[in-house]
Amino acid sequence: MWTEIGWPLVVVAGVLFVVLNLAAVLIWMERRLLALWQDRYGPNRVGIFGVLQPVADMVKIFFKEDWVPPFADKVTFVMAPAIIVVTVLLSFVVVPFAPGVIVTDINIGILFFLAMSSLGVYSLALAGWASNNKYSLIGGMRTTAQMLAYEVFMGLSMMGVVIQAGSFSLTEIVEAQRGLWYCIPQCVGLVVFFVAGLAETHRIPFDLPEAEGELVAGFHSEYSGMKFGMFFVGEYLGITLISSLTVAMFFGGWLGPWLPPVLWFAIKTLIVLCLFILIRASLPRFRYDQLIEIGWKYMLPLSLVNLLVTGGVVLLMR
Amino acid sequence: MWSHLRTLWIVFLHTFQKRVTVQYPDVKPKIPPRWRGRIVLSRDPDGKERCVACYLCSVACPVGCITLQAGEDETGRRYPKLFRINFSRCVFCGLCEEACPTCAIQLTPDFEMCEYKRQNLVYEKEHLLISGCGKYPGYNFYNVAGLAIGGKGKGEAEHETPPVDVRSLML
Repeated sequence: MWTEIGWPLVVVAGVLFVVLNLAAVLIWMERRLLALWQDRYGPNRVGIFGVLQPVADMVKIFFKEDWVPPFADKVTFVMAPAIIVVTVLLSFVVVPFAPGVIVTDINIGILFFLAMSSLGVYSLALAGWASNNKYSLIGGMRTTAQMLAYEVFMGLSMMGVVIQAGSFSLTEIVEAQRGLWYCIPQCVGLVVFFVAGLAETHRIPFDLPEAEGELVAGFHSEYSGMKFGMFFVGEYLGITLISSLTVAMFFGGWLGPWLPPVLWFAIKTLIVLCLFILIRASLPRFRYDQLIEIGWKYMLPLSLVNLLVTGGVVLLMR
Repeated sequence: MWSHLRTLWIVFLHTFQKRVTVQYPDVKPKIPPRWRGRIVLSRDPDGKERCVACYLCSVACPVGCITLQAGEDETGRRYPKLFRINFSRCVFCGLCEEACPTCAIQLTPDFEMCEYKRQNLVYEKEHLLISGCGKYPGYNFYNVAGLAIGGKGKGEAEHETPPVDVRSLML
């Protein structure tokens, strides 16, 4: 009884607690790391090293006027920020943090993640549409085109791993990496997946939906208060999700000597998160046509070739 | 692609570089002595006001933030009856200092003059006057000027000879 219902509940509560807090800490971490790489200090006034900065930001954002523009489509406008957070949080259901520490180990974990991340696009597209503002609409349109381009090869890049492990379940994929982490045989898949992940979370080289320089703030131009905050929570949750999936699929998940498995998972995820931030600190935004070109002309064929070679090699080894 | 990776590496190397931020309220910045900050009115070495109320600073001021009114004491020495600088308008350009013939008005390296009420940024003469000479110690305008004031007649200033009575030359 206890193990059937109690333990999953503990995991759910634990995952929610850790992941949502991590999203807040990431805001601080990102600002501090960006500052470090730009030879500045970043927020260092609130609390030790400024760690309480997100708390102060939260307090501020909750007291902001929560304004819905009169020309907006109200229901959709209010729903859109919730969708991204909900879908990303649902994706965490299939992430294996350690043996047994997983909400539910469904045998199509990767497909579930892909489905959820596709649903997440609705959030941005609907936000852009419901705002009834031309910049928001352009942002929403860009999101749609970007996701169409990047979802395809994101799925394909993961298939190499699936072929090697012979399973869609993330737990089994991690277990299959006991001998060798997939970052070596699947290095092409890793690069393609990571690029797709950047585009999926619309992080900086691919942040066209919210391109500040061109579209005011893109799809969330009209948002204020905590609705605006939700998009950011969603974005940071998305980064955490992509990082933990990268770790689970390519860097051996919880595998590692001496330390407890959860800690290994956390350390690896943090390193990938730092890489996300480093990329934001150094790369400029791609142009829209470049983004689409990279997606369809380079990444998609690359992932197809990777899939073909992996399939061939696995067949030959058998 | 190569340039992207190189960029990543170079940015990463910034981890080990010194940060350029000066943590201002904790660490005070080093300010050069000729910094154009809060404006003061200085005094002679013998403690009298240097300002002769010539209005040149007020004329030179591009934003018109200096107001003054001339007065004259019983010895014939001019002084400002009223001297007012509106620091909420002042752009700290230093033109008043350049215009001043008596080195009275001077800009100082003090910039911390925030106020909660705008009215508090209007400085009157008693707020502007300082007790010393400021940047020009030992300079006394009336000691080098030809003007006669109480206690100093014509020709009694430094590097000056008494005026010649032109009629005496006709003999």
